Amino acid sequence: MARIGLLALQGGFAAHAQCLAALGHDCVEVRRPEQLVGLEGLVLPGGESTTQLKLIASAGLGPGLRALVAAGGPVLATCAGLILAARQVQAPQQESFGWLDLTVQRNAHGRQVESFEGWSDRGRKLVFIRAPRIVAVGAAVEVLDTLRGEPILVRQGRVVGACFHPELSDSLGVHELVFGAAVDDRAREVLRPLRLAAEAG
Amino acid sequence: MEIAKSTFRTKVGLAEMLKGGVIMDVVNAEQARLAEDAGAAAVMALERVPAQIRKDGGVARASDPSMIKAIQEAVSIPVMAKCRIGHFIEARILEALEVDFIDESEVLTPADEQYHIDKQDFKVPFVCGCRELGEALRRIGEGAAMMRTKGEAGTGNIVEAVRHLRALRDQMRELTTLGAEQLMDRAKQLGAPYDLVRFVANEGRLPVPNFAAGGVASPADAALCMALGAEAVFVGSGIFLSEDPARRARAIVEAVTHWQDAAKLAEVSAGLGNAMPGIELETLGPDQRLARRGW
Repeated sequence: MARIGLLALQGGFAAHAQCLAALGHDCVEVRRPEQLVGLEGLVLPGGESTTQLKLIASAGLGPGLRALVAAGGPVLATCAGLILAARQVQAPQQESFGWLDLTVQRNAHGRQVESFEGWSDRGRKLVFIRAPRIVAVGAAVEVLDTLRGEPILVRQGRVVGACFHPELSDSLGVHELVFGAAVDDRAREVLRPLRLAAEAG
Repeated sequence: MEIAKSTFRTKVGLAEMLKGGVIMDVVNAEQARLAEDAGAAAVMALERVPAQIRKDGGVARASDPSMIKAIQEAVSIPVMAKCRIGHFIEARILEALEVDFIDESEVLTPADEQYHIDKQDFKVPFVCGCRELGEALRRIGEGAAMMRTKGEAGTGNIVEAVRHLRALRDQMRELTTLGAEQLMDRAKQLGAPYDLVRFVANEGRLPVPNFAAGGVASPADAALCMALGAEAVFVGSGIFLSEDPARRARAIVEAVTHWQDAAKLAEVSAGLGNAMPGIELETLGPDQRLARRGW
């Protein structure tokens, strides 16, 4: 079992907490710098990146987050989290941490009516919500999965970034890829349904 | 490679991403930019905030599309807009404008006294107001992807939002204590779809995110809503009718994130200037209670 920090300032962090718990990890919600102490990994969830950036600054979390990532533990950054982790952000330009050598374009698929579900080129279930697009990838970045040839799941060192929302997909695959599982399959807690049973079926 | 747009999962997905955030009513592009700069997770574009609608009287309708477009162009965060209860043509217009969420709202004058909109039939997700569990599950049954309390909009008085949050929480808790054989009878009493009643009984929560709205005027009000189970907060008149909207907006954003941290709440609540003037609920006649619109 690993102690994984979950940035819980704003956004879709509750679903990530379920995924981490289902894999047997100890999930710590992070809103203040002292909550970063003793963490072995980090999740940057989806949400509104502009809101998250302001809350990171006002809570004084920037230096602690940089130190945690520099320590080399596993990191998963989804959607808005990917925007925070990228080197460069477009539409509009905004600050970011630069852990992934990428250029990311915000809301690149359009407004909410363009949000979609589908399957990746490698058969991974995808949920895109007002999603960003990776428009340029640096040499140090490994592309783990694509959609119609475009990168959507990437890794640089131990930082993994996704344009989509693995936490909304009813699958623990991406979380397990990043953090491993602390329980065997039989002991694994069943994921609670996030949505109506009828819809999931 | 099949792609499916506007599924219930993508609709609820956006609501999930708004959690822990503040959705602010704005009446023009300038206010929308101020809201975004303050850290709003989304804005609600409307011509008049609820307190103004209350003051002006008359029929309140969906906003001018040109005003909604101007706000969409001004910000990068999601833009929501309101239509009247049952007015599916206003909703179609908002859908054509590609707003990110439609609020079928009791703040506007209802267009239909019997039927709410068939929200399943729209590409854009809907949020609806509720006072109790049965009403919430009826709206979800019609396709709403997010619920919010009705509260009493435009009063700056949190008492009704608290009443509605507590009613929801108590009714959901009670459902989790019932036996399976009791659920159909309870569905009948609630006037709610049986499958949704069963979902709540099993999970102890609504099948869609549950936000607070109606009467939030201070950071403490917003934190109270979070403590009572709301997952995010709508603020209508409370920001732009206060003395210092930018500071109050920032403070409410901080309060929703740090609602469990009283020292932080004390810090962000200090020196905000006057809140909007509030209204005692007893002074409102039954016809002035917006929460009674819809059923």
